[in-house]
Amino acid sequence: MSYFNTLAFGVYPYVAMAILFIGSWIRYDREQYSWKASSSQLLEKEKLRMGSILFHVGVLGIFFGHLFGLLTPVEIWHAIGVTAPMKQLVAMGAGGLFGLICFIGLTILIQRRLFNPRIRATSKKMDIVILFLLYAQLILGLISIGVSAGHLDGHEMMKLMMWAQNIMTLDLVDAVENISSVHWIFKMHIMLGMTLFVVFPFSRLVHMLSAPVQYVTRQHQIVRKRFAR
Amino acid sequence: MSHLLEKLRFFRTRKESFANGHGATTDQDRSWEKGYRQRWQHDKVVRSTHGVNCTGSCSWKIYVKDGLVTWETQQTDYPRTRPDLPNHEPRGCPRGASYSWYIYSANRLKYPKVRGQLMKLWREAKAQHSDPVKAWESIVSDPVKAKSYKERRGLGGFVRASWDEVNELIAASNVYTTKTYGPDRVSGFSPIPAMSMVSYAAGARYLSLIGGNCLSFYDWYCDLPPASPQIWGEQTDVPESADWYNSNYIIAWGSNVPQTRTPDAHFLTEVRYKGTKTCIITSDYSEASKFGDTWLAPRQGTDSALAMAFGHVILKEFHVDKPSTYFTDYSKRYTDMPMLVMLEESNGHLTGGRFLRAADLVNNLGEDNNPDWKTIALNSNGSMTSPNGSIGYRWGEKGKWNLEQKDRSGDVDLVLSLKDQNDGIADVAFPYFGGAPHEYQYFQHTEHNEIQLRKVPVKSVELADGTTAKVATVFDLMLAHYGVDNGIGDSNRASSYDDDVPYTPAWQEAITGVNRADVIRVAREFADNADKTRGRSMVIVGAALNHWYHMDMSYRGLINMLMMCGCVGQTGGGWAHYVGQEKLRPQTGWTPLAFALDWQRPPRHMNGTSFFYNHSSQWRYEKLNMSEVISPLAPKERWTGSIIDFNSRAERMGWLPSAPQLGTNPLHLADKAKAAGQEVQDYVVDQLKKGDLKFACEQPDNPQNFPRNMFIWRSNLLGSSGKGHEYMLKHFLGTKHGLLGKDLGEFGGQKPEDVEWVDQGAEGKVDLWVTLDFRMSTTCLYSDIVLPTATWYEKDDMNTSDMHPFIHPLSAAIDPVWEARSDWEIFKGIAKEFSRVCVGHLGVEKDLVTIPMHHDTPAELAQPYGVKAWWKGECEPVPGKTMPHLNVVERDYPNTYARFTSIGPLLENIGNGGKGISWDTKDEVKLLRQLNYTHTDEGINKGMAKLDTAIDACEMILTLAPETNGHVAVKAWEALGEFTGLDHTHLAIPKEEEKIRWRDIVAQPRKIISSPTWSGLEDEHVSYNAGYTNVHELIPWRTVTGRQQYYQDHEWMRDFGEQLCAYKPPINLKTVEPVLNKKPNGNKEIVLNWITPHQKWGIHSTYSDNLLMLTLSRGGPIVWMSEVDAKEAGIEDNDWIEVFNVNGAIACRAVVSQRVPEGMSMMYHAQERIVNVPGAETTGTRGGIHNSVTRAVMKPTHMIGGYAQQAYGFNYYGTVGCNRDEFVIVRKMNKVDWLDTK
Repeated sequence: MSYFNTLAFGVYPYVAMAILFIGSWIRYDREQYSWKASSSQLLEKEKLRMGSILFHVGVLGIFFGHLFGLLTPVEIWHAIGVTAPMKQLVAMGAGGLFGLICFIGLTILIQRRLFNPRIRATSKKMDIVILFLLYAQLILGLISIGVSAGHLDGHEMMKLMMWAQNIMTLDLVDAVENISSVHWIFKMHIMLGMTLFVVFPFSRLVHMLSAPVQYVTRQHQIVRKRFAR
Repeated sequence: MSHLLEKLRFFRTRKESFANGHGATTDQDRSWEKGYRQRWQHDKVVRSTHGVNCTGSCSWKIYVKDGLVTWETQQTDYPRTRPDLPNHEPRGCPRGASYSWYIYSANRLKYPKVRGQLMKLWREAKAQHSDPVKAWESIVSDPVKAKSYKERRGLGGFVRASWDEVNELIAASNVYTTKTYGPDRVSGFSPIPAMSMVSYAAGARYLSLIGGNCLSFYDWYCDLPPASPQIWGEQTDVPESADWYNSNYIIAWGSNVPQTRTPDAHFLTEVRYKGTKTCIITSDYSEASKFGDTWLAPRQGTDSALAMAFGHVILKEFHVDKPSTYFTDYSKRYTDMPMLVMLEESNGHLTGGRFLRAADLVNNLGEDNNPDWKTIALNSNGSMTSPNGSIGYRWGEKGKWNLEQKDRSGDVDLVLSLKDQNDGIADVAFPYFGGAPHEYQYFQHTEHNEIQLRKVPVKSVELADGTTAKVATVFDLMLAHYGVDNGIGDSNRASSYDDDVPYTPAWQEAITGVNRADVIRVAREFADNADKTRGRSMVIVGAALNHWYHMDMSYRGLINMLMMCGCVGQTGGGWAHYVGQEKLRPQTGWTPLAFALDWQRPPRHMNGTSFFYNHSSQWRYEKLNMSEVISPLAPKERWTGSIIDFNSRAERMGWLPSAPQLGTNPLHLADKAKAAGQEVQDYVVDQLKKGDLKFACEQPDNPQNFPRNMFIWRSNLLGSSGKGHEYMLKHFLGTKHGLLGKDLGEFGGQKPEDVEWVDQGAEGKVDLWVTLDFRMSTTCLYSDIVLPTATWYEKDDMNTSDMHPFIHPLSAAIDPVWEARSDWEIFKGIAKEFSRVCVGHLGVEKDLVTIPMHHDTPAELAQPYGVKAWWKGECEPVPGKTMPHLNVVERDYPNTYARFTSIGPLLENIGNGGKGISWDTKDEVKLLRQLNYTHTDEGINKGMAKLDTAIDACEMILTLAPETNGHVAVKAWEALGEFTGLDHTHLAIPKEEEKIRWRDIVAQPRKIISSPTWSGLEDEHVSYNAGYTNVHELIPWRTVTGRQQYYQDHEWMRDFGEQLCAYKPPINLKTVEPVLNKKPNGNKEIVLNWITPHQKWGIHSTYSDNLLMLTLSRGGPIVWMSEVDAKEAGIEDNDWIEVFNVNGAIACRAVVSQRVPEGMSMMYHAQERIVNVPGAETTGTRGGIHNSVTRAVMKPTHMIGGYAQQAYGFNYYGTVGCNRDEFVIVRKMNKVDWLDTK
């Protein structure tokens, strides 16, 4: 079992992140024209508008929740006076809320992709796979709220935080140790999360990396010099 | 450099700002630009061109990379013309440059498609019947099944099919229709052969072999100016655009040169630098207006009033007050001005009758051959003369059909006016049409009497029957009619330009709104220049004038100006009508290929307008009564009945062709005649006389007479030229439509007299509608079967234009993509399948073909006097004389494919020709055997030259045409010389050894060789100019008099008061009142005149659904209107508006512009209904195309036949589909419903 834990929660995360990083880099450099969200709004817009907005609101909330929730060192939480139980309650509440929004959105998007003939006909396999991966991951996440409700002291959550932070600090042994005793639901959730990292460069998810934030501040006209370097 | 690493330099990027911080200069990486550079790379350049309907005919470089077309640019290798002329380059416009988008666009048709419902029925039927013809029968003979797929037309649901499957279906349908109803129930429509002549020929050859009808386009598009055949006996012949550079005064009249003749516009700019003065006449402030030293803006539809006033000034100053020597001489030699006209009593007045003929005079004035067709003038020695050149000299004798100033006894000098040598002065009545008030008060009328009396000097002539007739010259009648005072003491004529008398400059002010001083100045400048330069004044004219009901009046008005000033046939002068790429330069080489004349003659031709008017049942809604448009001097009792009646009379009298022809299957008549023991012709005449057999046109709603099968190729009939779009949808196709009006039965209107009325008009007359296209056009949308054809960069073909003297190719830059095939290959495939499927149903059959009396054949002399109906017993039915010719054509149906792919025996046995002359072609066929090789397999075509590929077909055209084969040119000129008695071969002998072949034109566009098919010269010394050989080689015009005719003397022309050109106001189509304010949406409804001009962003070299063009314009259907009207209706620019009348409705957006005058609305034609068209509020269905609010309406004078120049010719004369007299209701839309829900 500990071999499995090491492989799944010690090694796999690095493999996944390597694929995520190197894969995305290669695609970004070699396949610029494929770097896009592949919107199907032209073919169907009403359901897309509903589904996509709900999904994105939900998933962005969940994403940032996980990002700050998992990677912020415990010391900082303490310093600002947030205790583990408090944090867990907030995570369950906010996560639950955004999760639910995301769930509704994703359900609409899946229904649309599978049953609208125009969308279905123009879908690549990966478009459908990625929706189901996200769906499974979301459902696991929502179920895990129920599990968390069983121990509101924040202890389990701390383990997950420690795992994540240990992974980031390359403390592989502690990471595996921290994770080994959490509920299997969480383990599944993490495994699938890592798998999302793996498929990321091969799917439309790459569009996340190219938010056109710069448009807001850049000049109206950009002149690129003829002989830059 | 890695894109990612480059991103990481984000904060290190050096930036300098400029323009107050609005811009920044950076040193960011630019390697991504390689993507764009690679986009434009190429490994091959191929020559081709674009063929929507573009007179531009520009040669293009098509760039290919890895087998993909990447882009195109203009070719720059045209042969130079002459040192004193600017280059032709650059030729090509942004529309053409956007074309390559189509090849790989989502709009591209990639596979054969069949409507799902039909496919289902077909596969079920095939499962039950092993014989495909039986399978087809089981579908169309079951009304429920037939309706089930017809009513789905236009509503989507196409499924992919294989070529084998669609070819079998199409062949089965054609065989079934031919066998059951007759081959003339199969028709095909394809326009403008000149744009890709082999592609046209492919379908036409197939149809002609099986006996189907080829429908004409030029008249249906209303691009055919009937004035041209009326005046010159010539379809349309015009100067090349380079000849503009030789002109010293140009009037551009209703022609938007920079927008619609973009590649030629530079000649207009260049000649202005040379000092030429220009006057632009357009009702709107068009792009062309800026080219003018003067811009005149007459109210649209009133151009003939302006032309008449110009003519008044020219006649007064240059023919009466100080006659120009040049004009007078030209008028005598080249116009009918000296010809004598008999004056006849009509409604109590003396009025202009027919030309005096030799037959009217004692002893036929010594003329035994065709005295009925020899017109008479007064010689200066006081005797009557029948000068050479009238049409009577053309047939039955040799050597006198020329324009030498001679008659049988020697030289003559014709007298223009009888002012100084008359037998008295007569009061002659002229009809005046400008007094009728307009329904919406939009067109102004004047208070002059509808009959204008003028004093005319006359001579009394003793006739053969002993009576005396008063005769006058055309010149004197013209002066009187134009109101020009010639000192004869006529107080009804104008004493000054300021008199309010028709047709003075003062008179026209009230009608056109143009200042009289401008009229006088322009007329004076125009004529003065022509006088000084011997005719170098020119009128460039466009469809704007030609799309009105009385288009022939505007055209005759301005052509009169040119003739008065001796401009026609002179370098830098004349009539420059550029509408539709009608000029198929190697025409006589092409006709045998296209109509299979190498195998069987004659082919079935049909005039498009009458066909569509009839079969889309537009006549069932006809509200224009002939009494509204005929002359006040005409006998009213002759003009009862509806327009369709006159068309059916014209068909039965042998004037116009018919399709279908007779009310029975023409394949069965030979057997029936045999059974009755008669010759076929006699049998048919008997049956017709007894009334047992009828013409199909008498019973259009009888299922026996439906046009069962339609082929459409190279055309967007339903999205572009289909006047009466919603009628087509309802009656032709039997599907969902937006028709808002009621038929004559429903509202109790006057029903036709001759044509059978049934209360329930037929719907869904067509069983199978097949369209070939490379894009999903509006027409494809409504078809049963859509066949993916090659684009202009994927096929071998040829292209010519009237705008330049070159012939150049379309050639295949790449193979047709996906499963597309060229038109040639598609029809070859259908022919092959037809030959297979027909076995057991059709063998060698005798087909009875009816043919009207054709122009340029002896039959054009069929009916010299009066109009007689054989079915009323007014005369005997005599084929080719009082009714159509009856010809028996043998069809070898199982050998259709073998015939299609080989050059048949008739070219060797009979020869080839055109325009009334013919020559031997044995040498040419021999050459073709060597060029194309021969068939070696056993069969009917063994040893014959192959016609397998499109290139073989091109070689056939090039070898047979005098324009591209010097030997043939010399033969053709020799043949003409026999008629004229003059030697014309010097025009071709210098180029006798020249032979232009396919690979020559692929290498470079080639100048063609002069040929008698055309009236101008392809010469190293002059630019091409129409009428040049008439004037300089003394070849007569192909008219009654042999001269250019101001005067038209056919009985129907006289009844319409159109002996001489007159101002006729737009007609009232009564399409607005029944729906005005009847379906309110709360917004104000205004009534505007409906104008459908040429596109800026589509027409000619690409289509309006092209993404690049949509991006440049507003991305969907738009209608232009004036600021004043928009304000009145509460419409702002870009608002959604609805445009509607009884014909249907359009939903589009408004362009509110100062360009447009008050009372006018404009919709560029052929904006597809497939791009951004929402539902219309009134109809509840999708908002239509520009023709959703129009309906064709025909003019009987265009039906005249058997009368010299007024005799039928395919795309030459016939009814035209005008549409600009139409009015529409415009209002703002409340709700834009895209009808997107399922």
